[in-house]
Amino acid sequence: MLQLSVNKRRSDAHRGPALTDLRRGEAGVLDRLDLPEEDARRLMELGFLPGSRITAALSAPGGDPRVFEVDGSEVALRRETAARLKLRFEPGSPGMVPNP
Amino acid sequence: MSLCAGCPSAGAPAAPPASPLRTVALVGPPNSGKSTLFNKLTGLRQKVGNFPGVTVERHTGQVFFPDGRAVTLIDLPGVYSLSPRSEDEQVTRDVLTGALPDTPGPDAILLILDSTILARQLMLAAPILSLRIPTLVVLNMADDLRGRGGSLDLEALAAQLGAPVALVSARQGEGLEPLFEFLRNSAGAPQPRELPVLQEIPKCRQWAGRVSHRSGYHPPAPPLWTRRLDALFLHPVAGPLTFLGVVLLVFQLLFTAAAPLMDGIRFLVAASGRWVEAVLPASPLRSLLIEGVWGGVGSVLVFLPQILLLFLFIGVLEDSGYLARAALIADRTMARFGLQGKSFIPLLSAYACAVPAILSTRTIENKRDRVATILIAPFMTCSARLPVYTLIIAAFLPNRPLAGAFLGTRAAALLGLYALGFGAAVATARILKSSVLKSERTPFMLEMPSYRWPTFQSLGLRLLDRAKVFLRRAGTVILAVTVGLWALAHLPLQEGKAPPIEQSLAGTLGRTIEPAIRPLGFNWKIGIGLVTSLAAREVIVGTLGTIYGMEGDAHSQSLQQSLQKDLTPGAAVALLIFFAFAMQCISTIAVVRRETGGWRWPAIQFSYMTALAFLGAFLANHLV
Repeated sequence: MLQLSVNKRRSDAHRGPALTDLRRGEAGVLDRLDLPEEDARRLMELGFLPGSRITAALSAPGGDPRVFEVDGSEVALRRETAARLKLRFEPGSPGMVPNP
Repeated sequence: MSLCAGCPSAGAPAAPPASPLRTVALVGPPNSGKSTLFNKLTGLRQKVGNFPGVTVERHTGQVFFPDGRAVTLIDLPGVYSLSPRSEDEQVTRDVLTGALPDTPGPDAILLILDSTILARQLMLAAPILSLRIPTLVVLNMADDLRGRGGSLDLEALAAQLGAPVALVSARQGEGLEPLFEFLRNSAGAPQPRELPVLQEIPKCRQWAGRVSHRSGYHPPAPPLWTRRLDALFLHPVAGPLTFLGVVLLVFQLLFTAAAPLMDGIRFLVAASGRWVEAVLPASPLRSLLIEGVWGGVGSVLVFLPQILLLFLFIGVLEDSGYLARAALIADRTMARFGLQGKSFIPLLSAYACAVPAILSTRTIENKRDRVATILIAPFMTCSARLPVYTLIIAAFLPNRPLAGAFLGTRAAALLGLYALGFGAAVATARILKSSVLKSERTPFMLEMPSYRWPTFQSLGLRLLDRAKVFLRRAGTVILAVTVGLWALAHLPLQEGKAPPIEQSLAGTLGRTIEPAIRPLGFNWKIGIGLVTSLAAREVIVGTLGTIYGMEGDAHSQSLQQSLQKDLTPGAAVALLIFFAFAMQCISTIAVVRRETGGWRWPAIQFSYMTALAFLGAFLANHLV
């Protein structure tokens, strides 16, 4: 728990919003994957490509891991991974757009 | 609507191809319905084996044509790309390029894609089409696509890809004729309009998007029922409760639903045994048949319905898509013990058998995570423990309702033993992951498939597979051990007759190790069972069946009653705990040696598990 909250604060503080900042039903546009090359490629194969629109969906009890809707399918990610998928900053919003 | 574009026409008298197809590979991403299609095309004509040199499972099957020709289909592991990063991808790539010895490259490929997420799935088409092997692109889940209002222009897609395209529903068996046509006549090498740079994933995705756009692809609406069911199964309160309910129901049914079938087999074994006894004259052969084969193999056969039932439940949970949700709910618990999500699936399949579970750890890229998962997998309660557990629980615990009709004492005891094995596994994982096998965590990603009804054919084939494996074991390992034991129990001859069992070779062996196991509450007969069950856990049931069968009054009392006389309740609990922890399985030891590349890990694992088994049984015998 301690480690998770530290992660979250760090991501909020100086690296911009991440997938973890999306609440259920909210969507955002992926900017980059702060992960080692291999891990990033795996995620990209599942649809987590920079520029793609990602919607937060249901989660396991406690909010971790959470299911994300991406490219027509649903993929579950742990909080530690979702925190390293950064959302695009858009003027007027913290990288988040409400889901239509 | 034509369901195949660019396919060899069924009506036109197609010229026989210069070289007829012999082997065809089925390739596709995970969950695209490859195995369902494979089952539909091959029916019962399939075999499970391994690729030469590697131990990734290989399913092959035959498709026969009226003219007597046959094509061999190979079902490959599901992959998202052909860049070799895990063992599965490496094998798929090697098979397709013909790089494996003894496995010639395929003459053609069936590329299976989920039509409901076509744009993304087409990414795999790029590396496959660039192999220049004749390929039929099979868009699966046509029923889902239609039902949710999606559509596409097959002709346009075939033109873009330069390869024939068929729209099918493997589950419904719909639209499969073009596949048979393709297998009969093949097609030329694919001529795609353009291909992306394969190493760059964003480029591949853009290409796939362009192709699906130019093919007039309209993605279907989101799966309504999946959303509705997830709202229940992933509900913060109802979700975990359902999870718990499913687990309890499975355990309860393992006892109640299997009981009549097991009684039926027990009756048949006993009746046929009496018949053999009546027909044959008294002779060593009759004694071997009755005490060795019927007493030994027969008492193991009784557990076939229970094991099939377990595989039926696992099959339903997996095929319906619930297993992925269960993995999601359980993930937090796994993370707490330092395990990554990918370890969950191997550990779950270890409930059936540790051997395929250890093989399936090949999908874990991180070497240390993989070894940790291999080391703890044998703690998970495999189906071979089930006969041992059931025998002892039924002998010592009267079945009383515990929570209404829903949970009885016996099911609860069994559940406790499963929990004990799981507890030992995660505690061991915790120790390993915080010491010798410490590593960076790799991301957990798990695709949530849409819910689907499991099909009878898929479940039936699974059960048939399992029944074959079980009967093969009963007919080989278990038969050999019980016959060998019967011989040891009848030698050395005294005045031309078998000695009393205490003085036989088996009896001597049992009494030699008795001092070591007496603190656990076991006598020399149980000791013989512990030794023989080193071959496989369920052998102890056969062994005890043989030994107690030789004591003469086998027909006046059952194996359960004999055990009640020979074990105190404390010793019975000790025996259960011993089997929960000990690594009594030669196949597992062999596969761990092969997968970890040496004797070091299996030796450590065997010693650790045996020590834990002795300690646990000792404590149980003295505390209960």
